[in-house]
Amino acid sequence: MTHDPMAEIRASFFVECEELLESLQDALSVMADHLEGDGSQDTETINVVFRAVHSIKGGAGAFGLTVLVAFAHRFETVMDELRCGRLVVDHEAMKLFFQAADMLADHVRLARDDASGSPPGSETLLIAVEALMGERAPELEEEEVAFAPMGLSFDLALPDLGDAADLAEADGRCWTVRLRPLDALYASGNETFHLLRALCELGSASITCDLSALPDLDALMPETSCLGWTVQLTGGIEESDIRAVFDFVEDVAEITIAEAQEVAAELGLAAPEPKPEAASAPAISPPCLSLVPDLIVPPLASAATASSALPIQPIALPSERPTDPAPDRLAAPAVAAAAAAPAEAAAATVRVDLDRIDRLVNLVGELVINQAMLAQSVTEAGLPANSAVMNGLEAFMMLTRDIQDSVMMIRAQPVKPLFQRMARIVREASAAVGKEVRLRSEGEGTEVDKTVIERLADPLTHMIRNAVDHGLETPDRRREAGKPEEGVVTLSAQHRSGRVVIEVADDGAGIDRPRVREIAIRKGLVAPDAVLTDAEIDNLLFLPGFSTANQISALSGRGVGMDVVKQAIGALGGRIAITSERGQGTRFSISLPLTLAVLDGMVVRVAGETLVIPLSSIVETATLSAHDIRSLGPETSVIHIRGGFVPLYDLGTELAYRGPKASYEGGIVLLTAQEDGSRAALVVDEILEQRQVVIKGLQHSYGNIPGVAAATILGDGQIALILDPGDLVENATGRTRSADTILALAG
Amino acid sequence: MIETRSQSSTEVELLSFRLAEQEYSVDIMSVREIRGWTRATPLPHSPPFMRGVINLRGTVLPVIDLASRLGMPPVEGDARNVIIVVHAGGQSVGLLVDAVSDILALPRTELQPPPELAADCAHSFVQALTIVDGRMIRVLDLSAVLPTYQTEAA
Repeated sequence: MTHDPMAEIRASFFVECEELLESLQDALSVMADHLEGDGSQDTETINVVFRAVHSIKGGAGAFGLTVLVAFAHRFETVMDELRCGRLVVDHEAMKLFFQAADMLADHVRLARDDASGSPPGSETLLIAVEALMGERAPELEEEEVAFAPMGLSFDLALPDLGDAADLAEADGRCWTVRLRPLDALYASGNETFHLLRALCELGSASITCDLSALPDLDALMPETSCLGWTVQLTGGIEESDIRAVFDFVEDVAEITIAEAQEVAAELGLAAPEPKPEAASAPAISPPCLSLVPDLIVPPLASAATASSALPIQPIALPSERPTDPAPDRLAAPAVAAAAAAPAEAAAATVRVDLDRIDRLVNLVGELVINQAMLAQSVTEAGLPANSAVMNGLEAFMMLTRDIQDSVMMIRAQPVKPLFQRMARIVREASAAVGKEVRLRSEGEGTEVDKTVIERLADPLTHMIRNAVDHGLETPDRRREAGKPEEGVVTLSAQHRSGRVVIEVADDGAGIDRPRVREIAIRKGLVAPDAVLTDAEIDNLLFLPGFSTANQISALSGRGVGMDVVKQAIGALGGRIAITSERGQGTRFSISLPLTLAVLDGMVVRVAGETLVIPLSSIVETATLSAHDIRSLGPETSVIHIRGGFVPLYDLGTELAYRGPKASYEGGIVLLTAQEDGSRAALVVDEILEQRQVVIKGLQHSYGNIPGVAAATILGDGQIALILDPGDLVENATGRTRSADTILALAG
Repeated sequence: MIETRSQSSTEVELLSFRLAEQEYSVDIMSVREIRGWTRATPLPHSPPFMRGVINLRGTVLPVIDLASRLGMPPVEGDARNVIIVVHAGGQSVGLLVDAVSDILALPRTELQPPPELAADCAHSFVQALTIVDGRMIRVLDLSAVLPTYQTEAA
């Protein structure tokens, strides 16, 4: 594999883009809230919006993503108008800003996928957004003016006069060393960083960089030296010591060493106007770029060394930084984050490869299994319960559980990005059907396993679209019903007893139950004379084939592929429930496991083998009595339970552990329900326990086995298979009675 | 695997083991470890020679009953039997055998291709034959022994 540093930098740019887009969305939401409130806008929030767009533009420029730059630039110009208070935000503008932010996200995605061109509607939207500025057509000069107050990271370069004055007082002699390297210094392989560090080692140093000779980026020659440094040195330093530092570079640099008196005047000169616009200039000459890594490292290193060696160090070496877009990009998210939550300090984060985390999760899984094995053998050894070993083991178990929880937390991510995507779906869907809809999201900080989040996006999109399209009434209807015209879709997430519950609720008309029932009867899904409770009618929506495209338009309720949604949720080990109240709205709630690495299972024994059945698929357990069992065909049986007939499957036979039993009277059955509502009764010999098991895939080591989802390792070190009841029933023979002759023929 | 690994050198090291009174061997480079007998969890709908899966330090390791795979009566499965964990063709698998006997270092020239005998299904699994101390030792072709799971299991 070829290692391309540029590709890496590019990848991290797009990661940062995602963060910037997130903070952009956040800030826009805050603005929308302000608008709902007293109408006044907080300048810091507007700045966050501006900086996010600006930073994306800056970074995109460095990678030559011209289409993205062009879009971001025009968007930014409008945001700048806003920032300068020349543009008043109203509902219409807010809507356009949101759309522009969505469009910007599309642009970023296109650029990331190396696709050329613009997303559809980009130009139209820009014109609409720019129309907000009215007569004031965007001028190019204005942009540059706009940059001036944004000197983000360059503020660091400004000297601290107070410190310098303090220094002079603190110790007898104070030197001002001015260093201006000639081109030849660099050409001869010298490095100013080392010189400056050597000066730092002499005593307390305060270094200021002189950027005054720095040309604009387009005029910058990478081989030209255009920087100068002023170093304030204090401490008992002799002039000869300082001279010694420059021994080898005397000929190739202008060096002046003076006892400092007119410190303030010097520094006044040395503080140039920052030129941050260079950061966003699109073209950077290649030799310049190749310099960047070398130039970036020293300042960081120097800060580290200086801070350990010296008490005072307003050191600012990074003079070459204007050629590098990084500071600007790096600074903006931090600022944005700080602005989003002014009260909290920005949390320190680390970006880690997902693979590494997965390995950790696996190892912790091993630990849990090992601990269980240890516990079992200690118990078998017959040690007294209060012995030191048992106590130690108990502490070990607690620790293991804590570690497992913590590791799972690493994989967990807040649902916020997912919810932000849904905000966009609401905006698009509501625009498509001409309804005023507001998305209220709650519990954005709730953390769920990353895989769960990823696989939740599709079903949630579906549900949100449904809520907007079918859940909410048209504005006219809402007015008639005495509701505000603007419908509200609420998306919420919360932790509830070891699971995460995500709810999608609307304040629409609710499910029209007579109509749903009528359709279900017409489609032959229920018998015309069936007595159905409200909940049962609501659940008809999840039946496959309940609705097809031509029916939904006529239906005021919902049901667009809800069976697909239910299936997707089921695949994640979750369940979906529906509650609805006529005229008040409908609420779907999804309950999901926190992680996909462990599973709540029922451990059962069948024909001497231990099996695990996911608890989420078991509805109830029952003991069979003789009159429950009815024969169906020559080999198959059904059981009669709660007024319905459920096919009976013998797990021992289905998994080929043994033939059918002579009688199932007194046998234990697990009643399972599939996502499509079909039920099955599985015969087991014994129910052992309910416990959490760590899921081990079989796919890699063996392959797919019909009816088996995965494997797990039990406390005794044995492997137990985790069944997939849905798949099992699909492939099942249903043989529960053996005529010996039939068995012989079949065998 | 065997061929590519050992062709470069003139000598080959073999791990020999007993299987139903016959002696077999595998290239020692493909052997990862040797484990005592543990009960395997049977897999439903698997071919008869598939003994099941065992827990190998937290990973799920399929175990093949080698005798059954070679068309002989299956290994009983008790404390005297061992499982040779081999890695070949990108997958790890356990081979259940009667007992491990020896490690042999042989010049490659002493390995002879097996003669063509159609009646015996085991011979297609044998890559070469050699004689050590008057005993005939069969060198297994691991790639032929390992089942192609995906097609068989599906």
